[in-house]
Amino acid sequence: MTEAGPDLAERLRDVGYVADEGLATALQLALELKRPLLLEGEAGVGKTEVAKALAALLDTRLIRLQCYEGLDAGHAIYEWNYQRQLLAIRAREQEHLSARQIEAEIFSEDYLLRRPLLEALSQEQPPVLLIDEIDRADEEFEAYLLEILSDFQVTVPELGTIRARSIPVVILTSNGTRELSDALRRRCLYSWVEFPEPGRELEILRRRLPGIDARLAGQVAAFVRALRREELEKKPGIAETLDWAAALAGLGIERLGAEPEKLQRTLICLLKTEADLKAVTPEVTARLAAE
Amino acid sequence: MAVPAAPVAAAPPFAARMAGFVGHLRLNGFALGPEETAGALRVVEGGPHTTAEARRRLRCLLAGRREEWQRFDALFEAYWFGRGRVRERVERPRHRQQRNRAQQALWRGHLGDEAASEPADARGPRLESAAGAEAEGESSGRLIASRRQVLRRTDLRHVVDPAEMAAAEELAFRLASAIRYRLSRRQRIAPRGRRLDLRRTIRRSLAQGGEPLRLAWRERPDRPVRLVVFLDVSGSMQHYSRFFLQFVKGLVGRWAESDAYLLHTRLVRVTDALRERDSLKAMTQLALLAEGFGGGTRLGEGLAAFNAHYAKRALNARSVVLILSDGYDTGSPEALAAALGRLKKRAPRLIWLNPLLGWRDYRPVTAAMQAALPYIDHFAAANTLDALAALEPELATL
Repeated sequence: MTEAGPDLAERLRDVGYVADEGLATALQLALELKRPLLLEGEAGVGKTEVAKALAALLDTRLIRLQCYEGLDAGHAIYEWNYQRQLLAIRAREQEHLSARQIEAEIFSEDYLLRRPLLEALSQEQPPVLLIDEIDRADEEFEAYLLEILSDFQVTVPELGTIRARSIPVVILTSNGTRELSDALRRRCLYSWVEFPEPGRELEILRRRLPGIDARLAGQVAAFVRALRREELEKKPGIAETLDWAAALAGLGIERLGAEPEKLQRTLICLLKTEADLKAVTPEVTARLAAE
Repeated sequence: MAVPAAPVAAAPPFAARMAGFVGHLRLNGFALGPEETAGALRVVEGGPHTTAEARRRLRCLLAGRREEWQRFDALFEAYWFGRGRVRERVERPRHRQQRNRAQQALWRGHLGDEAASEPADARGPRLESAAGAEAEGESSGRLIASRRQVLRRTDLRHVVDPAEMAAAEELAFRLASAIRYRLSRRQRIAPRGRRLDLRRTIRRSLAQGGEPLRLAWRERPDRPVRLVVFLDVSGSMQHYSRFFLQFVKGLVGRWAESDAYLLHTRLVRVTDALRERDSLKAMTQLALLAEGFGGGTRLGEGLAAFNAHYAKRALNARSVVLILSDGYDTGSPEALAAALGRLKKRAPRLIWLNPLLGWRDYRPVTAAMQAALPYIDHFAAANTLDALAALEPELATL
C-alpha cells in the first residue's frame, strides 16, 4: 500500500503541515493498515490540523464530526427527514396507495439524512473522517462508534444494513478530559502528540509566515518554548504562536528584547486566561525573552 | 542504516522473538492480546526499516495511552538490545492491580482489622420504608438505615468500643450504598418525556393517513452526577477518618463516575483501591497509598496538586466535589483559597463536611476555614452517622 508514498512527512510539508517522525509514521501506518488513528495531546498541538493536511494530501474530502456531550446517533450517524416524510404521506394519499406502500416509500434511502459517519461510509473515494474531541462525547456514543469503526457498516432498522462503499481514513482526537474505553484504544493506532520542539516550531513559523524575519522567528520559537515550561493554566498552542508572531511582525517589533512594554501588550495573543496574564509579569517576560 | 529487524524477519525465530516482545510489554502492564502479536509482525515485515522506524511503527500499534507511549522506547531498548530496566509497572486506571501483600499490616495499625474491607454481610443497601410503598416505586423515600438508631446519633469520636466501632463502620458503608442506590433508582422512574420523538410519531401516524394523532415522547435519561471526594486523614481527623473512609468506600465503590483522594501532607488517589472487591488487596493498596497518614494536612497544596494533575479529567459540568475535613490546615490559607477558586471554576458544586461543625461551641474561625467559606455551596456537620445520611439530597441535585 503506497498511496501516500514512503516520504509522507515530506508530502505533508508540501501541504503546509510539519509533522515529526513519530506522527508521520503513525499516519503512514494508519493508511497502510486502514485502521483508525487516535491522536492524544494537549489542546493546540495541531491534532485537528493533521486531518486537514491529510485530506489535502490525499486530495479527498474531509468529513468532520465534532463531538460534544449529549451527541447521539441522530446527529452523528443518520436521521430520517421527517418534514419530507410528512409531505410524502400527504401526497401519496391522494394517489390512494396503501399504508404499506407508503411506508416502504418514506423509509427508503431518499428520505435518509446522512450525518457525518454515514456520509463518510457513503463516499466512492475514501474520505478522511475526523472525529474531533471524542472525549467530550458520552460513553454510550463511544460504543456506537466502536461498532462502526470495526465493521464499517451501519444498520438502520427500517432499511437494513448499509455497508461502506470505501473505507475512510479515520482520525480521532482527544484532549484527555475523560478516560477512553480500552476497547476503543485497542481498536485504534495510537499517537501522543507533543508540543513541537523549537526546530519544528521554527519551521512551521517560516512556512506559515514566509515574510517573517529569521532571527525574530527563532526568538519567538525559543520564547514560546520557555513559556510552556512555566506554570500556566493554559499553555499556548501552535496557533497562538503563529498569531503572536504575526502580531509582532505587524507591530514592527524586530527583536524581543527591544521594546518591553509593547512586547508585554502582545502577550494577549499567547495567554488566554486572566490568571496566566497576571502570572507572566514584565519581569517574567524579560527573563523568558533573555533565555 | 542499521537494519536489525528486517534480516531476521525471514527466519521463523523472529516471530517467536516478537511474541516474546509482546509478552514483555504485557508484563509491563500493556493491554495486549495475541492479535497484537500478528499485527506487530505485519507492521515491521516487508519494508527495509531502520531500527528507529521499526520502533515507531511498533509503538504506534502497541501503545494505547500516554503512559505506555512514553515508556515504550525504554521497554523496546530493554527487550531488543538488553539495555535499561526491564520490569516497570504502568498505573492503569480501572484495572486490577496486584501489590505486595506484606504491606497490608501497615494499614491495619491505623484502621483496625477489617477497616478497609467491605463489611461481610453488606451485600446490598438495606432500605426500610413505611407501609411497603417502596415496592410500588412511590415511596416518599425517607432513608432509614436498618439498625442501631442510637449509634447513628452518637458523635463518632465517642465510639470507642471495638464492636461498636465495627458496627458504625458497617453502618457508614451501608448508608453510602443506600444513597447511591436511591439516586440511581430515582433516575429510572423519570416522568414522561419532554421531547417529541418524531420517528415514532410519524410511524404511528401512517395508520391515520399521516395525521399525527398519537404523539410519541422521549426523554434523555438523566446522566448521573459525577462525584469527587477528598478525605482528610490528618492527625486531627483520626477519630473520624476510619468511619469516613468506609462512607467514602461505600459511595465510590458503587458510583460509576466517581473519584476519591486522600489528603494529608500530600494528595493520593485511592479510587482504584476503594473499588477493589478483594479486601486483602484493598488493604494492601491503601497501605501503600497512605504513607504519611495521621500527620499534618496541607489542604491547599493537595488541592493544587489535584488541579494540576487530575482536575481536567476528573471534573466536568456535572461534578460534585465533596471535602471531608476539619479545616485544620498547616499550609497557608491563601494557597487553599486559590486552589479552591480554581477547583470551583471546574466543578459546579462544592460540599464541605466538617465533623467539628456538629460540636456545640465550634465556630469555623480557623484561617483555613475562613478562606474556604466563600467557595463552599453546602457546609454541614459530619460528626454523626445521621449527619452523613443527611447528605443525600445534596448529592441528588446540582
